[in-house]
Amino acid sequence: MAFISSGYNPEKPMENRITDIGPRKYDEFYPPVIAKNKGQWLYHEILQPGVLVHVAKSGDEVYTVRCGGARLMTTSLINEICDLADKHCGGYVRWTTRNNIEFMVDNKSKVQPLIDDLSGRKFDGGSFKFPIGGTGAGVSNIVHTQGWIHCHTPATDASGPVKAVMDEVFADFQSHRMPAPVRVSLACCLNMCGAVHCSDIAILGYHRKPPMLDHEYLDKMCEIPLAIASCPTAAIKPAKVEINGQKLNSVAVNNDRCMYCGNCYTMCPSMPLADKEGDGIVIMAGGKVSNRISAPKFSKVVVAFIPNEAPRWPTASKVIKNMIDVYASDARKYERLGDWAERIGWERFFEKCEIDFTHHLIDDFRDPAYYTWRQTTQFKF
Amino acid sequence: MAKHETPMLDQLESGPWPSFVSDLKQQAEKRAKNKEGIEFQIPTDVVEDLLGILELSFKHGRTHWKHGGIVGVFGYGGGVIGRYCDQPQAFPGVAHFHTMRIAQPGGKFYTTAFLRQLCDLWDLRGSGITNMHGSTGDVILLGTTTPQLEEIFFELTHKMNQDLGGSGSNLRTPADCIGQARCEYACYDTQDLCYDLTQEYQDELHRPAFPYKFKFKFDGCPNCCVASIARSDLSFIGTWKDDIKIDQEAVQAYIGGELKPNAGAHSSRDWGKFDIQKEVIGRCPTECMAMDGNTLKINNRECTRCMHCINVMPRALRIGDERGLSIFAGAKAPILDGAQMGTLVVPFIEAEAPYTKIKETVIEPLWDWWMEEGKNRERMGELMKRQGLQRVIEVLGVDPDPRMVQEPRSNPYIFWKEDEVEGGFERDINEFRKYHQR
Repeated sequence: MAFISSGYNPEKPMENRITDIGPRKYDEFYPPVIAKNKGQWLYHEILQPGVLVHVAKSGDEVYTVRCGGARLMTTSLINEICDLADKHCGGYVRWTTRNNIEFMVDNKSKVQPLIDDLSGRKFDGGSFKFPIGGTGAGVSNIVHTQGWIHCHTPATDASGPVKAVMDEVFADFQSHRMPAPVRVSLACCLNMCGAVHCSDIAILGYHRKPPMLDHEYLDKMCEIPLAIASCPTAAIKPAKVEINGQKLNSVAVNNDRCMYCGNCYTMCPSMPLADKEGDGIVIMAGGKVSNRISAPKFSKVVVAFIPNEAPRWPTASKVIKNMIDVYASDARKYERLGDWAERIGWERFFEKCEIDFTHHLIDDFRDPAYYTWRQTTQFKF
Repeated sequence: MAKHETPMLDQLESGPWPSFVSDLKQQAEKRAKNKEGIEFQIPTDVVEDLLGILELSFKHGRTHWKHGGIVGVFGYGGGVIGRYCDQPQAFPGVAHFHTMRIAQPGGKFYTTAFLRQLCDLWDLRGSGITNMHGSTGDVILLGTTTPQLEEIFFELTHKMNQDLGGSGSNLRTPADCIGQARCEYACYDTQDLCYDLTQEYQDELHRPAFPYKFKFKFDGCPNCCVASIARSDLSFIGTWKDDIKIDQEAVQAYIGGELKPNAGAHSSRDWGKFDIQKEVIGRCPTECMAMDGNTLKINNRECTRCMHCINVMPRALRIGDERGLSIFAGAKAPILDGAQMGTLVVPFIEAEAPYTKIKETVIEPLWDWWMEEGKNRERMGELMKRQGLQRVIEVLGVDPDPRMVQEPRSNPYIFWKEDEVEGGFERDINEFRKYHQR
């Protein structure tokens, strides 16, 4: 391959350099009906799962068709999205905060042809390219992370488990049978990039073995005080070790204090901890970010460990599907999963969802742990 | 013929949800055929090697990316996430596989002309693989080599008028909900405030000067569609101060069944006839609503603007006219001290361009404080825990407000400032002993 210059001159790197211009301005990309009616919307309606209409004071309408997206996508697919947007939507398209794709048209007559075009498109393997849904009280897209596609600290994959779980709950992406929206998210380690700590159901990659110590390289690769300060439970201390007769500066890890968060590895490349059998996922539940009726809530750990079962993570998918089904049949209208669990009591949540309650689920992190124990006679048998 | 066998990944091609594996395979094939005769600037088989190494990770149950990676473009301290695979001999196509973060437009609205131009650039100089979008909001261009970084940056800035996003200990790429562009609940122009602050603080975004990362997010109302209260160090959430507007005829249309509750969000299931008492009045968290004959009454003074009634009856109830936003500080994920949601620090502030008051009385004082006092890799939320909410109140120069707490403290370990106490703290034990023998 022959190198093609963009015009950048590596001999004079600062010449002709443009910086600090930021993103393109939002209104360059508004469809005309959006630009015209911005701030003047009166109401909206969900016509069917995946299809919305917004009506403006002017009487103008904009119809939106929402489609699932894998988030990880290629330019081939983006070009196909552009073809669709050129054909139906005057060359405009947008993405949602859950990585779904929205196609907008300004007239009802344009909706059905768009739906027909989108729903007919499949990949060679048979999956839908643009499944329509993700609105109302259903299960929308899974906010997720990089996993084994690109990150160095994951304890599980992201794209793989997300595909597996979305296949399992696909019917609920395309329907409105839930008591309230169910937000599912995934993070491949407990840095929790994304929304794991505040979702109705969350999948979290987790390690179960302390880091290995690459003593020979540690002091050369790492700033030791940073590694020590990175530990939430103070399990790491500086140490002198002897390797091949050589005295080296390194660290020691108190395995009894380590809960395998991996933050020391983030700081220090010589403390890797990934492990095939040790790593897996934690399931959390009951979080939300909206302020509707109840305040925003953190998700709580409800399953301490499920092994990584590539390529389809069947145990995790089954636990999640079951939790969604039990919630759907038991919760009241408008009740988010966390609202429901708190109303019936977590003891009843575990019983109804047939999930084992193990000691791992009891908080033991510093002072606040006490406030999660039960200081009342009020409990259910 | 694929370069690597991928028996496990192949199993993720079935099922209804869009398969990233199928998409990657079509991309691999497209590059291999190269009908357009593109002079690819990174290995043609980059996608095949990505599938190959991902398959190996599925087999090993471990990642195959080396730790870290420090690459970038001159002039900036962030924007590119360097990455190198740990099996470069077996998968040379992904020996370098760096990610570029591209600042996304507000509301993630695009023209196809822009997207096609970006795709052409990325097909030539990168893998052709993206994330649409990263959790923080950026367009993620996934996978290129170090020598291409400056070339891509030059084309982005010169031909597309487009900058990189943020990474590192700095202001990260701000993001917004769809706001007034297509939502009747939006209490301010989220896109405009997001854009204005992004431009204002370009230096803070591109050149890390902070103790740690810092994020802005902009929600038009308390429904929090961009999850600012959980996912940004400074969260801007729209609200109003006056009365919810009620269209009594539309209320009757909901009661009569002509209008669907929650805009039809529960349409796949029979929840029975809409019952305003049970579904709205009975669910109001402050019990400030009532039917007076055929008239819906709201005691707005007691309303906490949770959005429930408006969400259920969007055609009958509307947000008030005296609009602005609340500011919450300190949200973060668990590392190091535990997860935090944003804490209310400014109950109400106007949100009109040029947003001078927001910048000069909130953002910059908080940054001045945190940049001076924050420890290495300490998020603002953790500094708030370490030095207390009182310190935030001092920094903002506002009066303590009961709205800032969920409840008053229950322990009596109360600090007083010396000048609040008559006579101060300097005392003479001998004076004390004159009245109290040893």
